[in-house]
Amino acid sequence: MSHALDATAGEIEAATVRDNRDNYLTDEWTVWSWLATTDHKRIALLYFASITFFFFLGGAAAALMRFNLLTPTGAIVSPETYNRLFTLHGVVMVWFFLVPAVPVTIGNFVTPLMIGARDLAFPKVNLLSWYLFITGGAITLWALFMGGLDTGWTLYTPLSSAYAKGYVVPVAVGIFISGFSSIATGLNFIVTIHRLRAPGMTWYRMPVFLWSLYSTSVIYVLATPVLAMTLLLLAFETVFRVGVFDPALGGDPILFQHLFWFYSHPAVYIMILPGLGVVSEIIPVFARKRLFGYKFVVWCSVMIAVISFFVWGHHMFVAGTSIYSAIVFSLLSFMVAVPSAIKVFNWIGTLHKGFIHFDAPMIYALGFVGLFTMGGLTGLFLATLAADVPLHDTYFVVAHFHYIMVGGMVSAFFGGLHYWWPKITGRMYPEMWGRVAAAMIFFGFNLTFFPQFILGYLGMPRRYHSYPPEFQVLNVLSSAGSTILAVAYLMPLFYFAWSLLAGARAPANPWGATGLEWQTPSPPPVQNFTSTPVVTEDPYSYPSPEAIQMEQAETGEARPNG
Amino acid sequence: MSFSLPAASSNAPEVDALLAALLLMSCAVLALVFGLMFFYVVRYRAGSRIDRGALAERTFRFEISWTAATLAIFFGLFLWGADLYVRLFEPPADALKVYVVGKQWMWKVEHPGGQREIDTLHVPADQPIELVMTSEDVIHDFSVPAFRLKRDVVPGRYETLWFRADRPGTYHLYCDQFCGTDHAHMVGEVVVLSGPDYRKWLSVTPGSETLAAQGQALFIHFGCSGCHGGNGAGSYGGPGGSPPGSTGQAPAPSYSTVRAPPLVGLYGSPVPLSDGSVVIADDRYIRDSILDPGAQIVASYQNVMPSFAGQISEEDLVKLIAYIKSLGAQRADAGQTGG
Ligand code: HEC
Ligand code: HEM
Ligand SMILES: [Cu+2]
Ligand SMILES: [Cu+2]
Repeated sequence: MSHALDATAGEIEAATVRDNRDNYLTDEWTVWSWLATTDHKRIALLYFASITFFFFLGGAAAALMRFNLLTPTGAIVSPETYNRLFTLHGVVMVWFFLVPAVPVTIGNFVTPLMIGARDLAFPKVNLLSWYLFITGGAITLWALFMGGLDTGWTLYTPLSSAYAKGYVVPVAVGIFISGFSSIATGLNFIVTIHRLRAPGMTWYRMPVFLWSLYSTSVIYVLATPVLAMTLLLLAFETVFRVGVFDPALGGDPILFQHLFWFYSHPAVYIMILPGLGVVSEIIPVFARKRLFGYKFVVWCSVMIAVISFFVWGHHMFVAGTSIYSAIVFSLLSFMVAVPSAIKVFNWIGTLHKGFIHFDAPMIYALGFVGLFTMGGLTGLFLATLAADVPLHDTYFVVAHFHYIMVGGMVSAFFGGLHYWWPKITGRMYPEMWGRVAAAMIFFGFNLTFFPQFILGYLGMPRRYHSYPPEFQVLNVLSSAGSTILAVAYLMPLFYFAWSLLAGARAPANPWGATGLEWQTPSPPPVQNFTSTPVVTEDPYSYPSPEAIQMEQAETGEARPNG
Repeated sequence: MSFSLPAASSNAPEVDALLAALLLMSCAVLALVFGLMFFYVVRYRAGSRIDRGALAERTFRFEISWTAATLAIFFGLFLWGADLYVRLFEPPADALKVYVVGKQWMWKVEHPGGQREIDTLHVPADQPIELVMTSEDVIHDFSVPAFRLKRDVVPGRYETLWFRADRPGTYHLYCDQFCGTDHAHMVGEVVVLSGPDYRKWLSVTPGSETLAAQGQALFIHFGCSGCHGGNGAGSYGGPGGSPPGSTGQAPAPSYSTVRAPPLVGLYGSPVPLSDGSVVIADDRYIRDSILDPGAQIVASYQNVMPSFAGQISEEDLVKLIAYIKSLGAQRADAGQTGG
């Protein structure tokens, strides 16, 4: 098996290194050829540029917030500004960075390559969804900067509909429009995965990443419309003063929370499932081993997607819902953690008896496993009814979801970015810098967010512009960590840019990975493949450790790195 | 700086025990995950020539066993947390009721004896206290970390929270639900006093009149007495005040012919409704009866009571309810059953 693989890889490597001039990047280089492209690879790059912008914008808001929290009275901004900052941070990071992040960039780029297709099923819809995304983004940003908004990303009523001073409706309109981008993207992936798989690519031969993407897409398509309706009702109430959520108009404020979390809890799984997929790709490659328990891992993704629709009530344990609903939602929340736990055990099983390489993507992936586990475990604190009562709406919750969304998902995104960078750009990134940044992110992240668990237990409420003096030490630690984190996140921006200009040319398969995307040159030609590939093997069909060791014994040396 | 938090209520140690169990479980899992991860990446690093031997074939068994173990542990934690939580919703019958009204950005507290406080709550130690809370504007959240308790304070309804403070002292009170510009300043303190200190506090704090007495004045002021009778004894006629600013929507009833139920003995007793159901007349029910009388109509009465929504402030509502509640007490004193 491995021999067949090595042969193809070797041949193509030779071809690439000669000079791969004819690829999707060099094809045509006019502004129009980019703005009107229907090539999934170019659209992925358009998305990369947009979400990078949003990530650093949201990050800048976070940096200001952390700076402000250096002193108990609030160091630099007024309460009003602080409230606008965290609203901007939340809205941008959730809807314009993390919800789309991995699917529209990495997913867009590699999905057709992974299943041996020329493009997604609906290339024009793919382009349309990018335009929807940036239109929604532009409207939201305009509103956030011109009017400001001080409701938090959760937009709870009646604060948002009757009391907030900002531009609630324009922000809602922006999110509403970008929601259609999510729906279009989800539909595109679902149809692509159903219809465009290469001959021999059965469901169980699909890489786990595609299963994750498929589960994510189902959530996009089913949950986003609920958000759209909720925002519409909110806009109606705000503009026409019809009572839906505002008790002064005869509405029910808790109804808003039900509708909001009915979307937003599944959406938090939109923000992790693709990351679980990326890590399931990276670990087998750098452990040179089959993924442990492939079928369990893929069905866990599906289970997570399904159960995630039935746990929304755990955000309302102290909001005045009935105790019976609280009990049911608590039990279901524990259930959704089971498949997550199973995945962690399977990744560790994959490491067992592997040949582990420590390239930057693997460092990110290992960091992910640790931080995701911590995020999941603290999720259990919050799912336990009596424990959630003191912890709800404190910094404990803030730390919990940042462990999963930033420690987990953003690490997975960076890991995937390093892993597929050679394929996307045709260049290698500087390995040493990659490792340093990965390690710094892990360290800076923990310093930023671990103290927040303690702050939360001690009772520091979230969304506070100022706080009692006894919380200062922990807040200063957290702010110190955030500066390290900021530097670490900026580093890739520079060394990736450098690698575009001066990085070594990447061979077709720099990591010695299985998977169709590595069998075509880097960067891929416009058509992706010169001839439609035929799949004859399971994914991750690395030779058994025994076979590798026998080979090593024959040649008398350890297998070279990569 | 201190990394510990006082445990000042009867349920705080119980919650701490639960949190400790969760922490212990988490540390065990983290030790396992990080431990195995470090062990494997060192032992099986690419350069290591260690003998890898044959791989386990039957991965299925591993999957089943760790899934089962996870399920069992989770179920135990769930039960523990749920049991404790349910008890948070069962205030003892003898709990002392204190009314709390949240508004942007302050806490207004009204004691049964008429004492009023802002951003401070004085309570006696070792006695169950039940807070009946509502908001005049947006959602707030009454949180006392030292008691390990919090509850959202929602406009348009009453949420309750009960506790038994067992350690005199002063503790932080926070608003935990984001409520607008000065959310971070919607803080205060809960002062737990020993029994004698509490009585002293009550006596030196100007209480004007009791809540119920203030409520009685309002009962007349808002014209309730016109229909329900001067002392809430029920009315088949007779003179009375007219409801100020009544919407005019309802056909202005001639008060001499209105038949309204007596409110004496109402509090805490079952009320048969016109749709055949029976509800218990608690704070929430009485509040709804005043603000939205048409929603639940007492059996055999007409829907003629005007809605007072938007006309009576939350604080006045609290007083009216206290008054109606006091009527119940009078009736019980007289040895009669509730109606
Ligand atoms: C126009 C006459 C009228 C006025 C004024 C009026 N009520 Fe009523 N009230 C009624 C009638 C009739 C009912 C029974 C029908 C119903 O449930 O709506 C009633 C029912 C009630 C009930 C429920 C009683 C039960 O047995 O369950 C309460 C409590 C109450 N009123 C309190 C008040 C208060 C407090 C005010 C003053 C703010 C007030 N009412 C003013 C006519 C009136
Ligand atoms: C392992 C399974 C998980 C469990 C059991 C869990 C449990 C919970 C619970 C109970 C809450 C509500 C806490 C409160 O408000 O008091 C919560 C909040 C939250 N969780 Fe999780 N969670 C899990 C995984 C995740 C994942 C995968 C993500 C995102 C990628 C996530 C993101 C969030 C966010 C964003 C919030 C807070 C939202 C807000 O109030 O702004 N969680 N979690
Ligand atoms: Cu959730
Ligand atoms: Cu608040």
